[in-house]
Amino acid sequence: MDLGPFLFLASLEGLVQAAVLSLSALGLCLVFGVLRVVNVAHGEFYMAGAVIAWAISHALPGQPLLGFLAALFLAPLLVGLAAFIADRAILRKINHNPEATIVATIGMLYVIQQSALIGFGPDARPMEPPFYFHVNFPWFGYSGYKLSVILMAAALLLFVWYVISRTRLGLFMRATQLDREMAQVSGIPVGWVYGLVFAAGAMLAALGAVLIAPIRQVHYLMGLDPLLMSFIVVIIGGLGSIRGALLAALVIGMCDGIVSMFFSPTLAKMISTLLVALVLILRPEGLFGQRKPL
Amino acid sequence: MTGSGKRSLTLHIGVLVLLFLLPFILPDYHQLVITRIMILAIFALGYNILFGYAGLLSLGHAMFFACGLYAAGLPVYHLGWEVPLAFLFAIVISALAAALIGAIALRTQGVAFMIVTLMFAQAVYLGTLYFSDVTGADEGLVLPEHARSFDALGMRVDLTSPEVRYYIALALLSAAVLMVCRWVNGGLGREWVAVRENESRTRMLGYNTFLIKLKAMVISGTFSGGAGAAYGLLFAYVGSTFASIQYSIDALLFTLLGGAGTVLGPILGSFIMFYLVDFFSGHTTAYLLATGVVLILLIMYFPLGVLGTLRKKWLPWLP
Amino acid sequence: MSDNTDILADKDKRKSLRKLAGAAGIAMTAPFSPVLMGHALGSDRPIKVGMQLHRTGIGASYGRWYERTAVATVKLINEEGGINGRPVELVIEDDGTDPKRGAEAIEKFATWHKTDVAYGTLFSHVVIGSSPRAGELKLPYYVVSEGYHVASGSLNRYVFQPGITDVRSQMVSMAPWIAANLGKKVTMIFPDYAFGHDHRDYFSAAIAEQGGEVLEMIPIPPTESSFTRYFPKIPRQTEVLYHVLVGPGVLTFVKEMGQFFGTRDRPRIFGYIDSLEAVDFATPQLEFLQGTHFWEAFPRYAQPDQTQHDQYFRGQVGVDNNGASVNDPRDISTYSHMFGCWETLFIIKQAMEICGYSGPEDRQALIEATESLTEFPESRNHPQGGKTFNGKIHQCFGIQHISRVEDSRLNVVHTTSIEDGLYEPEADYTQMAL
Repeated sequence: MDLGPFLFLASLEGLVQAAVLSLSALGLCLVFGVLRVVNVAHGEFYMAGAVIAWAISHALPGQPLLGFLAALFLAPLLVGLAAFIADRAILRKINHNPEATIVATIGMLYVIQQSALIGFGPDARPMEPPFYFHVNFPWFGYSGYKLSVILMAAALLLFVWYVISRTRLGLFMRATQLDREMAQVSGIPVGWVYGLVFAAGAMLAALGAVLIAPIRQVHYLMGLDPLLMSFIVVIIGGLGSIRGALLAALVIGMCDGIVSMFFSPTLAKMISTLLVALVLILRPEGLFGQRKPL
Repeated sequence: MTGSGKRSLTLHIGVLVLLFLLPFILPDYHQLVITRIMILAIFALGYNILFGYAGLLSLGHAMFFACGLYAAGLPVYHLGWEVPLAFLFAIVISALAAALIGAIALRTQGVAFMIVTLMFAQAVYLGTLYFSDVTGADEGLVLPEHARSFDALGMRVDLTSPEVRYYIALALLSAAVLMVCRWVNGGLGREWVAVRENESRTRMLGYNTFLIKLKAMVISGTFSGGAGAAYGLLFAYVGSTFASIQYSIDALLFTLLGGAGTVLGPILGSFIMFYLVDFFSGHTTAYLLATGVVLILLIMYFPLGVLGTLRKKWLPWLP
Repeated sequence: MSDNTDILADKDKRKSLRKLAGAAGIAMTAPFSPVLMGHALGSDRPIKVGMQLHRTGIGASYGRWYERTAVATVKLINEEGGINGRPVELVIEDDGTDPKRGAEAIEKFATWHKTDVAYGTLFSHVVIGSSPRAGELKLPYYVVSEGYHVASGSLNRYVFQPGITDVRSQMVSMAPWIAANLGKKVTMIFPDYAFGHDHRDYFSAAIAEQGGEVLEMIPIPPTESSFTRYFPKIPRQTEVLYHVLVGPGVLTFVKEMGQFFGTRDRPRIFGYIDSLEAVDFATPQLEFLQGTHFWEAFPRYAQPDQTQHDQYFRGQVGVDNNGASVNDPRDISTYSHMFGCWETLFIIKQAMEICGYSGPEDRQALIEATESLTEFPESRNHPQGGKTFNGKIHQCFGIQHISRVEDSRLNVVHTTSIEDGLYEPEADYTQMAL
């Protein structure tokens, strides 16, 4: 294939990747920004979202659009509820201590993943896309649903931006993020905000997963990759900086799409993990961030 | 020697003697299992130096385990080295790798240190997959026939014999326990604890805390690498599963469970966890559920682990 | 047998009573209960077959069907009197499709369960990781893996593959047809590990012998989940796209291949059924496969000339004429692989009967007995077709099918002979010490 079409295809792949990545990375970023903790179970909330989406669409055979819409609504809700309970029952008990939280969320990672293995089974299962049409470019074909994922993700991100900047909950969140003690003194129920933000982070991961489930298959081990990619995005983007994370998701999604077409995807991943380590060492505040370091 | 010193010495020697006698009464299967556990316990002992004593939580120790594993296995496989030479080579390489990674990663602390070590380990894991021509990647390499025995002290050591493997593992574990005992009760151990408890004060008192932490890192990495080398050579297989994140978490889990900052804790943790997983895997395919539940319960209710809790409540003399 | 419970309570009494039954009661019990007869003739202990199963990990969909097939076979063998008059017991250990855990499973079979043999592994990296432990523990290990590693001589005397043809033989037998009917300029897409490397090495050799060439090799990591980025590497001059993939991503792989080619001109496509084992051909977006070809060892869709053995096999394992589970038409089998579990168990039985196997002390005799086998004629016990067996390289050779996708099902268009798949053996395990 010639270089032009080749780059075009790589960019499309990169955009789809970036769209889903920005949702899940935004979730990780919110949790880090407000709670100052790293949620290692983030990828498993993503996986849980996909599994629930599959179950819903499986329960409504022959109606992929209805199933998809129901999943888009219900899967994040259920995942968010589980995350909220996990925060109140576990993380609150250890006072959201950063290091203990990492160990506890590693535990949660296994619990969620293995529960999916028991309930959902070890197989990869396909989820039918809500609609399917084929886009024929002169050089290659592309899935119309994949293109629509980019638009849906953009719409969802706008909605998140609205919640954060224009609602009361968003205000509470921003206040807690800036200064926990002050927020508490001003009567903001910080404990609840923590729980809700933890849940919101998981819901964003689940949303990304519902979008991707009809493209890839649903599998109980699908959470590890998005976890690592989200990590990379959040760290490069400046820890806790939402704008930085979105920009980083776009850049990294596109780079991954393009680089891994020229080189081996394994090599591409290797380089990006090393890059993250170096960024943390040389610029602990993140590449685009100005906030206090980890 | 003080009373508590005597008691702790008796305890450690008692544990090792018990392990020495076990094969005479145990069925074959447990002999094999305990051989594996003892090697993993060396790995956990090494992890504990960094985490339990120097207070640095690494999420990437599988890279040192894998480093020793490959540094021993690859020369044996590709160059036909003898087993003892490969083992010593792996120790040296692991120490160098730990010094290099330590010098870079120790510029960060806290959560950043956890993530940097995690990322380095992930890069090492991906590297073992990427250079599949040399490492065999997922499929791994089976060490050839010549690596199943070697001459030492005028004797032919046959690594295919389960008894021989058991006592080699025990000898390595004993050496590791004695070294750890010596270090943590000496000046080095006190420096580590000082850094763990209050790094800035230690620095103000004129200590080079970076160097103290680097020593912990090198010793910890060398132990882990030695365990990896022993695992690969005793069981004649190297493969990238050993570099996966699962092994980093196992080291943390064994240490937390047994009791971070106690000498015998990691050994006890390895035993309990290995048998717990073995028990679970007989009943469900989702045996890693045990890992998750134990981690959460430990961090919520017993952050000191089994021996740490015992020491706090009843046995203050425990090292 | 009214006082059965009393007998069971006393071991010695049970033994003597069994002998008595063996001497006098066979004629009486045999018509009613063949299993009981088996008990009566042999010793107390059942023959234990340790099955190393991919219950989790990337091989799980194969594992599910390997288990069903093995259970059905053991049931049948027991109904017919067991092996040497003793019942067969299947002991299953999950290996997570991981070579390290595979080796541990072998240890557990040999030292904990004390099984007589180990059996049933598919994924080649697990076979390679487990074989040395089987050799050192002197545990006969019968794999159903398809890889060339057994025949290559790189394993040891305790490892056999008597129930399924190896990949090298498959490719040698099919390359002439591919070159003559599809094209000679090939691009290969294959998984980047042992099994895929067998394809890479031996298909390129086999097609070169037919005057063809491989233009491009595209290896894909076995845990990959997104594939579109690999397709632009397919050169334009490609006449035949050869694909084989395994793991959880296979359906995504084939769908994305269809999306990539769209409705434009595309190379002819020849795939290993592995790329769609356990996947329904009627899945949406697979319509583009119409007219493409697949290798099948054993036709998934019952053919018009279906043998009675195929029919019987489907009935016993619970597979309908479309290759799906009789209980759930959406649960598709791994039909071109799982017959190997059936056939291998009957070969273990045959070898144990030859050497009068009575317990682990006869394992070496069992090895020699297996090596002495030469031929398995097509029969109920060998429903996939007749096979020859080369005891020196521990490998069997059978027939292969090339099928064409027509209206979401596979119809056989060409069948190779056993002779088509023979190659010069490169090893001799019988020279190795036992």
